[in-house]
Amino acid sequence: MPGHAIEIENLTKDYPFGFLHLRKKRSLDGLTMQVESGEVFGFLGPNGAGKSTTIKLLVGLIFPEAGTARILGKPITDIAMHGDIGYLPEQPYFYDYLTAAEVLDYFARFHDLTAADRHERVARMLRKVGLETARKIQLRKYSKGMLQRVGLAQAILHDPKVVILDEPMSGLDPIGRREVRDIILELKREGRTVLFSTHILSDAEMLCDRVGVIVGGKLRGIGAPGEIVGMKAQGMEILFELRESGSSARAVLAKAIETGDRYRLQVSEQELYGVLEQLRAVGAKILSVAQIKASLEEYFMNLIEADRAQAAAVEVSGK
Amino acid sequence: MRRAGAVALNTFREAVRDRVLYNLVFFALLMMLAAILVGGISIGIEDLVIKSLGLSAISVIGLLIAVFIGVGLVYKEMDKRTLYALLAKPVRRWEFLLGKFGGLVLTLAVNTMAMAAGLFAALLYVKHHLERTDAVLLIAIYFILLKLTLVVALALLFSCYSTPLLAILYTSALYIAGLFVEEMRTFHSTAANPLLEALLRGLSYLLPNFENFNVMAAAAHGREIPGALVLQNTVYAALYSVIVLLVAAAVFSRRNLK
Ligand SMILES: Nc1ncnc2c1ncn2[C@@H]1O[C@H](COP(=O)(O)OP(=O)(O)OP(=O)(O)O)[C@@H](O)[C@H]1O
Ligand SMILES: [Mg+2]
Repeated sequence: MPGHAIEIENLTKDYPFGFLHLRKKRSLDGLTMQVESGEVFGFLGPNGAGKSTTIKLLVGLIFPEAGTARILGKPITDIAMHGDIGYLPEQPYFYDYLTAAEVLDYFARFHDLTAADRHERVARMLRKVGLETARKIQLRKYSKGMLQRVGLAQAILHDPKVVILDEPMSGLDPIGRREVRDIILELKREGRTVLFSTHILSDAEMLCDRVGVIVGGKLRGIGAPGEIVGMKAQGMEILFELRESGSSARAVLAKAIETGDRYRLQVSEQELYGVLEQLRAVGAKILSVAQIKASLEEYFMNLIEADRAQAAAVEVSGK
Repeated sequence: MRRAGAVALNTFREAVRDRVLYNLVFFALLMMLAAILVGGISIGIEDLVIKSLGLSAISVIGLLIAVFIGVGLVYKEMDKRTLYALLAKPVRRWEFLLGKFGGLVLTLAVNTMAMAAGLFAALLYVKHHLERTDAVLLIAIYFILLKLTLVVALALLFSCYSTPLLAILYTSALYIAGLFVEEMRTFHSTAANPLLEALLRGLSYLLPNFENFNVMAAAAHGREIPGALVLQNTVYAALYSVIVLLVAAAVFSRRNLK
């Protein structure tokens, strides 16, 4: 199904702060972007970037100062839109006097489902998120990761067309993260649209068709993970062993980093063959040659550094 | 409406699981103790004592539950963030409020009816029979329930935008002021300050009138309660609660969750 699942236009949010809440801090600044129908979209950004703010605006928990958004063509103020979305809040928390099965049944009641259908879905969801054995335990006795799983279950219980997950992997052990990744991929296979936020870049690289990078409330980049990574210059890394290092090897070794009895050497693509030749001449044993991919991490860091530099420059010129 | 019903049932379930209904044990003990004590003296005022004590206890216990749970109805869900996942469901904010309100009123109704049964049991124990005039107690209990409904509406309104502690203060202040509405209306300052008198009179019409719901003395003595008062109190409590709930819905519908 072509078209936009989520359209965000100039979305802006201020939070009041200070004495009598008279001052405002802009947390989201004119965000405009689209999520295509059927894609897995990763929302990336450091702490306080505005990811949760965007998501809470989309599901109607908070209201924007300016801008609009549409989900599946319906404005987010339209209650009918809520039947088609699933939402996992950040660090979810549920009624602690209910069991997992009860809380899921409660949420299911807000969708048009028969009692039998509700029952079947709740059981299926508990199995899917691995809480089958804990389904009769009150949520007050649940661990953080277990609550996260309940949150995921209630988000996808009603087969929503658009699934919005705020940091779905946080608080989960490695197996849990893997299970969540599998669930996201399954949602994609079923043709659903998934938007999720994270700071874990490898998760985004692994799962997403496209990512949006948000820093300081502004969208700083959007595209396939590879495209965004491609913005950085790349190089090669050579891993080699060298038993006796005579004086002839010193030139090559000067730039290498020694780890144990091995060396790592980073060179540009043009230099590669020259350096390999030199290494062979001094009797080094080449273990591997690999491309250095600038990770999203570095992309992040560069953006933040650039912001800091700019802020500093403004400050200096302002004085 | 179906969705508000789901919220209401969950609110009721929470109250039950939080052992709110345990107060009934206290009420039962109180009634038993009173029945045994007055049963021993037997000077013709047993039923007056039981009725007064019973009605007062039903009123006070109900008020405590209405205020203390009422002020947390919305606040707690926002504070603990249990509301986040819920409001993303196809449920309107006013439906949520209505459900919370209905759930606590339902809890209070169940609780009050249980206490009423206890009161009649105690009466039966000391008098060995019931009379027609004892039916007036039912009206008194109905009025208590109306009063509690109004208190829940007020507590819910304050719960939408202030902390429980402040909301308790506001709700109790309104309740207490509402007991003196008649006095405010007929107030004549010794200094003959017409402005103050007008102000108080105006205020007396805005404040919830809790005085009209108190028929405990009449009920304890088995005096008739006019049907007009029953109608008036019912309409008054319903209208006032609806208005308060509408204000709460207006306040809450645009509220940003943290
Ligand atoms: N309720 C609030 N009141 C005031 N400021 C807030 C509130 N919620 C968020 N903010 C501010 O808005 C900005 C964006 O916050 P947001 O929660 O959207 O970040 P995030 O990208 O989700 O970060 P994280 O990765 O830590 O979850 C932050 O600077 C934060 O301080
Ligand atoms: Mg966040």
